[in-house]
Amino acid sequence: LSKPFLSKCGVVSVQDNRVSIWSAGDLGNAGLSGEYHGEPHLLCDIQHNGDVMDMQFLDQERIVVASSTGTVTIFRHHQNNQTLSANHRWEKAHYHHVDQDTSCGGAACTGVVCNNPEIVTVGEDGRINLFRADQKDAVRTIDNADSSTLHAVTFLRTTEILTVNSIGQLKIWDLRQQRNEPSQIFSLAGDRVPLHCVDRHPNQQHIVATGGQDGMLSIWDIRQGTMPVSLLNAHEAEMWEVHFHPSDPDHLFTCSEDGSLWHWDTSTSVSEKPSFLHQGGRSTAYLSHSTINQSVVSAWLSNDPTKDRMEITNLIPNQTLSVNSLDVLGPCLVYGTDAEAIYVNRQLFA
Amino acid sequence: LVCETLFGRAGGSRSRRLSRSPSRFWGQGTAARVLTGSIAGTGEGAPSSSRVFVVRSDQDIYIQTLRKLFNETHGIFMGLQRSEEELAGKSRKAQLVQVSKNYRSVIRACMEDMHQAAVSTRDPALQGQYSTQVSILSAMELIWNLCEILFVEAAAAGPLLLRLLDWVRLHVCDVDSMVREVLSSESPSKHKLFWNVVDIFVLQGRMDEARHLLSKEASANPTSMNMYKILDDLMKKMPVPSLGNTQTLTELELKWQHWHEECQRYLQDGTFASNPHMESICKILLGDEDAILEKKELMTTWYHFLVTRLLYSHPAVKPLELRFYAQSSMDLFLGGESSPEPLDMILMAAFEFEIHQVIKECSIVLSNWWFVAHLTDLLDHCKLLQSHNLYFGSNMREFLLLEYASGLFSHHSLWQLGVDYFDHCPEYGRVYLELHIERIPLSTEQKALKVLRICEQRQMHEQVRSICKIMAMKALRNNRLGSALSWSIRAKDAAFATLISDRFLKDYCERGCFSDLDLIDNLGPSMLLSDRLTFLGKYREFHRLYGEKRFPEAARLLLTLMTAHIAPCSFWMKLLMDALPLLEQKEVVFSAEQTYELMRCLEDLTAGNPDQQKFQADDKTTKVEMLRLALARNLARVIVKEGTVEGS
Repeated sequence: LSKPFLSKCGVVSVQDNRVSIWSAGDLGNAGLSGEYHGEPHLLCDIQHNGDVMDMQFLDQERIVVASSTGTVTIFRHHQNNQTLSANHRWEKAHYHHVDQDTSCGGAACTGVVCNNPEIVTVGEDGRINLFRADQKDAVRTIDNADSSTLHAVTFLRTTEILTVNSIGQLKIWDLRQQRNEPSQIFSLAGDRVPLHCVDRHPNQQHIVATGGQDGMLSIWDIRQGTMPVSLLNAHEAEMWEVHFHPSDPDHLFTCSEDGSLWHWDTSTSVSEKPSFLHQGGRSTAYLSHSTINQSVVSAWLSNDPTKDRMEITNLIPNQTLSVNSLDVLGPCLVYGTDAEAIYVNRQLFA
Repeated sequence: LVCETLFGRAGGSRSRRLSRSPSRFWGQGTAARVLTGSIAGTGEGAPSSSRVFVVRSDQDIYIQTLRKLFNETHGIFMGLQRSEEELAGKSRKAQLVQVSKNYRSVIRACMEDMHQAAVSTRDPALQGQYSTQVSILSAMELIWNLCEILFVEAAAAGPLLLRLLDWVRLHVCDVDSMVREVLSSESPSKHKLFWNVVDIFVLQGRMDEARHLLSKEASANPTSMNMYKILDDLMKKMPVPSLGNTQTLTELELKWQHWHEECQRYLQDGTFASNPHMESICKILLGDEDAILEKKELMTTWYHFLVTRLLYSHPAVKPLELRFYAQSSMDLFLGGESSPEPLDMILMAAFEFEIHQVIKECSIVLSNWWFVAHLTDLLDHCKLLQSHNLYFGSNMREFLLLEYASGLFSHHSLWQLGVDYFDHCPEYGRVYLELHIERIPLSTEQKALKVLRICEQRQMHEQVRSICKIMAMKALRNNRLGSALSWSIRAKDAAFATLISDRFLKDYCERGCFSDLDLIDNLGPSMLLSDRLTFLGKYREFHRLYGEKRFPEAARLLLTLMTAHIAPCSFWMKLLMDALPLLEQKEVVFSAEQTYELMRCLEDLTAGNPDQQKFQADDKTTKVEMLRLALARNLARVIVKEGTVEGS
């Protein structure tokens, strides 16, 4: 299972239980013609214990990695000599504790999210941990936060997090409060299909997207109601990750077990926009979307299918095995498949 | 197989190490190969010492660069299976040749990586291992390339020779370093390796390069200018088969005969007598076997010798004639000094067009099934393999693919590739898949989900149920009731859902409150999976209604729970006790009808087992009495109330 994700310096990936950093050329400016800047080459790597379930950058140099053994590790990337070292480790951050007599078995840590210096992790044991980098023990632990497995976590605001679990619930937790209950619970109508991933709109914090085990993409407005605003029938199998584009949130990306990676483009639905912006391709053009028409209701929430068209494209021509993970930054998209390959697409909007 | 002794009792050090000695090229046994016939005894008379053999399974699948081989060729394999069958004739053949070339380029890429790894590592044992792998991969590519020429492309007489020449140039003996050395020296023609390089160019049919070097010699040595000019001319004029249709075989043969005679004349005239090097070149051009054999060290292998021979004596060789030349070439080259090695036997079998023999030999010598599985599959697509029935009736291609895929399943992530291979084995693939997929260790939920998805896509319902049960039991044991429930919903396993609900109810009885309210409150339609689960959900709803003081609704719900018979018998008493506070309310909650129902339930409960009542603790009889009293009181009040409504 390869889990890649992007940062300004390069691509971080995991293969064969080794965390590796690759330089993928100049990712910031694709250039007008979008030239290929050469093969990615391996800068450094380090052995990791257990499968990597999730990873995130804490800051420019440190990466937090969640393991299937229940351990959370911070790795530091030393840019001067291009090495990786384990900086800090929280063993048994996630575990199953049955009773006093039996020893604790590790439980997989399924999701990690960072907001320097805070780190939040969730796991198969239904536990939520709040860590602070360089503090030895957890700042706060919510035991049995959920009776089922927590699959993913993301920050809603600096003090609130969103989690999704395997009985199809989206929960908001307020970390300022001491009680161990979620402040709000949302769930899908109908069957309690497990939810696997969650992401929040970068600018409009009430818009949340989740992906489920049946491949369905749900868009929620957490200001109102407990049910999703729209349900979009997407993939044919589990949707593993969903990401809004960080600088251009009219674009959404989802990847799935069925081997496809979809690009959801709602930028065409804003009618006042002049047509040339829709083509993208120039590195500055798509950035200006966010400054235009801030008061317009986001296309994600609008319910009228006839008026607003959404363009959906599958970015993978020959799909075979599952696409487990993706990340997007600027014009660059990176994704990893079960065929132990990582693909970099530098001309996303061309 | 290589086995080691673990320990031995008395009997000293007469341990006999058993190993099938690997020949120079090949590696060790596959993973999970059963040890056969491996008993080491001691000498006569001594008490037999018991020994335990540790069979070390092969680590091929764990080598990083080989994993790249497996992953990429999986993609090529899938592409081949899905490719258009309708393309017939030339375009199909071209397509298959392209597939073959793709396979080979992956092998080369892995060779490169492996070579890099060997060069950069400091550990000598690892370096040795990598180097061995490089030589194995290179041998594989050699064999595959030959098979591509002879079987996939099925080159006809004419182009056949050209392809064989390419093959030799690519794989046999490393000329480039020698050439560079000679060319970079100040006066190349004086370099001690100069004539070696010229010879090898001639032996490989690289006329232009040979002539270019000879011109240097000629300019350095004006006295031999005459000889040089003639030789150069001969080399220039040599007829070679063409790839296109510009000449027929007969034309080629005629031209060649003509040219051959011309060379013969020059030789017999003694034109080159003064320069032994040039004379030997001329002899080579004439196809003189002894002259060619003199350059044995340069050619290094008998198949190079074969191709050179063919080039200079039978350029229009037909495919089926190859076998004779191959056999004689090998005999001449080895000359009885050394015996042929496994690689030689495989190539010989290929020249003899014995495809089955090639595959059989490769299977025996190679350490994993990757090579033979993919090659056989490709040859099968070329329609070259008749159904070679093995004792259990499956054909060879399928057998090899099954073996290869089974090997993949022992790896913690390559098993996903194995699934696709099983899919393309029509006879036994499904059975193998069913057996293997249940044995994949499910270390994380994500892995279990992937396995489940594979099973569901193939309608393997038994396996789905079994895997979900395993995961659900694990969750239950770890007290993750929500996870357990989510697994039983996925498998639509009513029995397990009942088990989980019983667990919840037990917890409730012990603690007096519900655990995991977030789950029970939000069951939704999945509540209907099992009766017990429905009861649990509704019971919780009753508690909620009671908490919200919506007593009439709570009462109605409670009654439904009892009358609809979804409550387990053990719970009836509890339900009735729950009714007690409602009966004692200031406001009358239960109607007359409802009270009668309650009374009937109570009677059903107590009438059921009169014997048991004697053994029950006193509190049970107290409870029953309390209930009877409360029911009677309620009945009284409700009759009065219902009776009074009409009046006033």
